[in-house]
Amino acid sequence: MKEITRRYVMKFPPQSADKALTYKLIKEYDIKFSILKAEVRPGHTGSLLLELEALPENMQKGIEYLEANSVVCEPLGKKIKFEAGKCINCGNCTGVCFTGALTMDREKWELNFDPELCVVCELCIAACPMNLFDSSFHEEEPEAILNN
Amino acid sequence: MGFKKSYEEINEKIRSGKAVVLTAEEVSAMALELSPSEIVKRVDVVTTGTFGAMCSSGAILNFGHTTPPMRMERMTLNGVPCHGGLAAVDTYLGATSENPENIRYGGANVIQDLIENKEVELEAWGKGTDCYPRKYIKTKISLETINEATLFNPRNAYQNYNVATNTTSKIKYTYMGTLLPGMKNANYSTAGELSPLLNDPEMRTIGIGTRIFLGGTVGYVVWPGTQFNTSKEKNEYGIPMSNAATIAVIGNLKEMNSNFLRAAYYEKYGVSLFVGIGIPIPMLDEDMAHRVSIRNEQIETSILDYGSAGSPYLGKTNYAELQSGEININGKKVRTAPVASLQKAREIADLLKKSIQSGKFELTCPVGMFPTGTSLKKLFETEGGEQ
Ligand code: SF4
Ligand code: SF4
Repeated sequence: MKEITRRYVMKFPPQSADKALTYKLIKEYDIKFSILKAEVRPGHTGSLLLELEALPENMQKGIEYLEANSVVCEPLGKKIKFEAGKCINCGNCTGVCFTGALTMDREKWELNFDPELCVVCELCIAACPMNLFDSSFHEEEPEAILNN
Repeated sequence: MGFKKSYEEINEKIRSGKAVVLTAEEVSAMALELSPSEIVKRVDVVTTGTFGAMCSSGAILNFGHTTPPMRMERMTLNGVPCHGGLAAVDTYLGATSENPENIRYGGANVIQDLIENKEVELEAWGKGTDCYPRKYIKTKISLETINEATLFNPRNAYQNYNVATNTTSKIKYTYMGTLLPGMKNANYSTAGELSPLLNDPEMRTIGIGTRIFLGGTVGYVVWPGTQFNTSKEKNEYGIPMSNAATIAVIGNLKEMNSNFLRAAYYEKYGVSLFVGIGIPIPMLDEDMAHRVSIRNEQIETSILDYGSAGSPYLGKTNYAELQSGEININGKKVRTAPVASLQKAREIADLLKKSIQSGKFELTCPVGMFPTGTSLKKLFETEGGEQ
């Protein structure tokens, strides 16, 4: 099992013992995290942009634990970036893409990429021999979520 | 005696712009309605194409001499080791040679950088001799600054290839692509009815000296490729049902371009080179017309389990099924994916067709034919080894 990285905007209710909560995340669920951004005003809801790293199973349990403690956890979308211009239409990536986001046009034998169907499983990153895929977090979202 | 045509007659037609040229896919479609005896009368040349990763590839380079001169005994190009045992300033750069500090960058990438006219760093070491006193150099080279740059690939264009799947519970990263556990995908690499060596399975017109399309320019077949095997089992259409014959090819790297020669990196495998090859097949007689009429459903290949030791055989399939997107392996439906570009293979067959039609590309009668009855030897260990 490989550790995964996810980003969350977390809203801690006023007076919540956020220190104790995060301590438990590390101790119980073995989740490593770093704070990328923080908006904390005493007496108000505090928002944190966190990057978490953990085994998928622990990640899920940790988030469930936080939500049970009235922390609102909003996942930040990760996106697959595709450098289409260098694609040679070899088809390697379609072998691992199970959502149908990457398919071959069986007339022209060209690659079709439908980002709407992508679940960011990231299998295509290693599968493409031209190294044309990359994953990234939405850059614009955190600001908007932190500030509303 | 059926209708026959000579190479000279075909070339005469090419010179006068009257040659009828079809791609292998076009002629296979034509064969649904016309018999080989009619096809040989109507068609003069059939063009084929393939664009896939061909690991046994590389380039012969001559850097030119420095003053004072140097006998380069150990060399790297952008950190990629290349062969030093070839006189003073000659080298052979293998496509799969890797930079030990960045294994995603290898000989294939150097070749691509060179044809894209980028500068490449040459570093070389020698012990220094009376006639070659210099011991070390670090300098920049490009395709323009060096003497010869020749692509020479010892084994390309496999006649048919296995389909790869993985029955184990672990993901496998191979040169046939990423193979998911539990037979969740099956990958194939041959261009089917467009594939060069499947259109002349007995190699009647492909031999030493055959002029071909290579990497975007004119190249030549120089020898049977390594691991040349004519003993593979054939089906009722005379098609070997797994990887069989291969060719060694040569061409001027300075005239090639990265549309048809492209570096690749396979996760947890290494660097390789995608090579574009197109071979024209002359319609000499009915037998050749019959050969090029072969259709995807008649070209069969073997499915192997690349996840298990010794790659056990799981069954057979054909290219019509493979290209449909799903095959059946022992009762289980398995999704298929190509790992070589059929779109590029078509582009190559089309380009070759156009240059023959325009009189720029004449056909060659091989000056020597390839051996028959060859099979492969295994390497046995005599001193023990490590698994
Ligand atoms: S990340 Fe997964 S779902 Fe998205 S395109 Fe790549 S393989 Fe398909
Ligand atoms: S594996 Fe890469 S180069 Fe091949 S079709 Fe997919 S995106 Fe294109």
